[in-house]
Amino acid sequence: MATSIEGYQMARRGRARAALATAAIGSFVAGTISTVLLSVLAVPMARFAVMFRAADYFALAVLAMVAVTALVGRSMTRGLLSLALGLFVGLVGIDSLTGQARFTFGSVNLLDGVNIVVVIVGLFAIGETLHLASRPHDVPSTVAPLEPARGFAWLTREDWRRSWRPWLRGTALGFPFGALPSGGAELPTFLSYTYESKRSKHRDEFGEGAIEGVAGPEAANNASFSGVLVPLLTLGIPTSATAAVMLAAFQIFNVQPGPDLFDEGGALVWALIASLYLGNVLLLLLNLPLIRLWVKVLQIPRPVLYSGILVFATLGVYAVSGSVFQVLLAYAIGVVGFFMRRYDFPIAPVILGLILGPMMEEQFRRALSLSNGDFGVFVSRPLTVVLLSLAVLALVVPYTPRLLARGRGDRVLAKVALGEDD
Amino acid sequence: MMTTASRARLRAGALALAISIPIVLGAAACAEGGNDVGASAGEVEYPTSTIRIMAPAAPGGGWDLTARTMQKALKDGGVTSQAVEVDNVTGAAGTVGLAQLVSKHNADPHRLMVTGLVMVGGVVTNKSAVNLTQTTPIATLTAEAEVIVVPAASKYQTLADLVDDFKANPTAIKWGGGSAGGTDQILVGLLAKAAGVDPKQAKYIPYSGGGETKAALLSGDLGVGVSSVSEFKELVKSGQLRALAVSGASGVDAGAGTPAPTIKESGFEVELMNWRGVVAPPGLSDAQRAAVVALVDKLHSSQAWKDALAQQGWDDFYKSGDEAKSFLDAESTRITTVLTDIGLAGS
Repeated sequence: MATSIEGYQMARRGRARAALATAAIGSFVAGTISTVLLSVLAVPMARFAVMFRAADYFALAVLAMVAVTALVGRSMTRGLLSLALGLFVGLVGIDSLTGQARFTFGSVNLLDGVNIVVVIVGLFAIGETLHLASRPHDVPSTVAPLEPARGFAWLTREDWRRSWRPWLRGTALGFPFGALPSGGAELPTFLSYTYESKRSKHRDEFGEGAIEGVAGPEAANNASFSGVLVPLLTLGIPTSATAAVMLAAFQIFNVQPGPDLFDEGGALVWALIASLYLGNVLLLLLNLPLIRLWVKVLQIPRPVLYSGILVFATLGVYAVSGSVFQVLLAYAIGVVGFFMRRYDFPIAPVILGLILGPMMEEQFRRALSLSNGDFGVFVSRPLTVVLLSLAVLALVVPYTPRLLARGRGDRVLAKVALGEDD
Repeated sequence: MMTTASRARLRAGALALAISIPIVLGAAACAEGGNDVGASAGEVEYPTSTIRIMAPAAPGGGWDLTARTMQKALKDGGVTSQAVEVDNVTGAAGTVGLAQLVSKHNADPHRLMVTGLVMVGGVVTNKSAVNLTQTTPIATLTAEAEVIVVPAASKYQTLADLVDDFKANPTAIKWGGGSAGGTDQILVGLLAKAAGVDPKQAKYIPYSGGGETKAALLSGDLGVGVSSVSEFKELVKSGQLRALAVSGASGVDAGAGTPAPTIKESGFEVELMNWRGVVAPPGLSDAQRAAVVALVDKLHSSQAWKDALAQQGWDDFYKSGDEAKSFLDAESTRITTVLTDIGLAGS
């Protein structure tokens, strides 16, 4: 998800090869490191991961929400409106805790909520295509010509230098989040993107195609997969759809994942870990040469490319849902996305609200329900307190210079620091 | 030389052809729909075309697995020479699929749908406009017992210990399991009623899937977990969870190596099986219904089906025809009552 923000911009600048290469190599690096971590740390990590309670997950979601506010973009007002739209869409459907329908307008099709795939396809694929098609004269008939291939594996010395740290940081974020029973891959990719965009020496390039914005999230995404294997192998807890399928496969072989798996089913576990190493190498061997092929997609004439995108978007939504209603919904969201793009509303906060909103709400209410309504549950355990304090710090620290400046009456600096450009 | 008039006629002809294609396709679909199957009394030939089994949930779940196992056994067991297809209609505890079966496939014996206890509950909690009694019940097929577990460190050794505390202070016990209004919460509601506690007072926290419930039991969020026996089996076996009771008519091994006692043996009049079965659309003639029941009877007695049951670890729970109908009616009444008592049926 986060990759598409910078990756798309890099492609527009003719750096598609470098973007694909840093994604492929980043995935390889992250996959390799996290597989090593999995083979060494799985058991102690799982022990730590199951300490997380509902209140801790809530605190974690708050921390993530605060940390990724950079995605809100240049205008705070617009960013928050986009975020509110995402939070609202996240509310649609049956409330998981009480079983009551919310904002479904009596339609059975909305009872299960709005699938995130439908929203992403609608906003990114359909909305973007409509936007570009609506202004044929503003964009060149083909994207910027590809830069000549330079450097090793399509990455220049400069690219390597700028990529390796994001790869490592992405891995460090992705693996532990994947290991949390309610973690998932979305949070670490967003966190990695935000971190890189704040810490990069090339901050100004973010949003215009910064290689760090591709390298970090891609690594985080791949590392989180190995993380998912931690609770799966050691506790038999599947935390993603892929993991659930693997659990079913284990049962066919009469292997029950669980605390004893590393002792009892050792041969299978080590074979699995070996296959992960092998898979990573193969992925790299396949991806790098294929970059030559993928970038050819950019040379397709625009009308053909756009209609192709729409066809695949429609097909994709129908394939995941099997429902015409969902396809129409994706197009309706696409129209919303078109107007958002047109009037300069950022898209990413919608997705963010849609992912984090329900998670925060569910865990918050669950925690309160478990404590019989006592808010003390959010301050009674060290883990929750640490996470919430980090969230407060993340919220306050960036504003401290401004507040201090305001206190001194330094109005010029205050205005600059606010960063509102409209 | 072609005159303008003839050219226009030609164009009109092409247009008519273009329009007629969907009509022909539509007609073919209707014919396939089975309206040509004689609805008169006596025996009907069945199946005469492709049988379509709807799994009203996403691929990979229990209903989907049941539908696909039926598909495989119908073919491998040589029960029918007609093609058998499975399609998934996802959403809202199967009520989306149920609405489709009732509204779109009326009187079509070649459309079957997998159903189960969860759908009975879903109809109530989702205030579905369509309910299961509107379908033509064919048979119940399989069932799985539920298990009540506590973390290993819990002070409760038997279900009676647990329920004693539950009676004394209902909100002190944190129950957790699958989605709101599902089998797990229904069991908690039934147990509360049997113990003389108002089901509304029971603190039940729903989780999306067994993985989250297990994590919540291990982290200490939950005091008691409720799920199907297979879900907790491994953690019971490794000693991290303790099985207090199972919900069927007889004790089954919930992982500890010896059969866990039933809820009835523990002193509470509750029996609940997470059953799955198959229904046909409304509007079937008696002969058509008998023919579908006969087909499923044949499926049930086939070796391929027996092998599949053993492989999946499902209990045989076969009731067909009128027996299935009265069972379905009884379950609907019982489940609707308990969900209303819990406060999930809404107003």
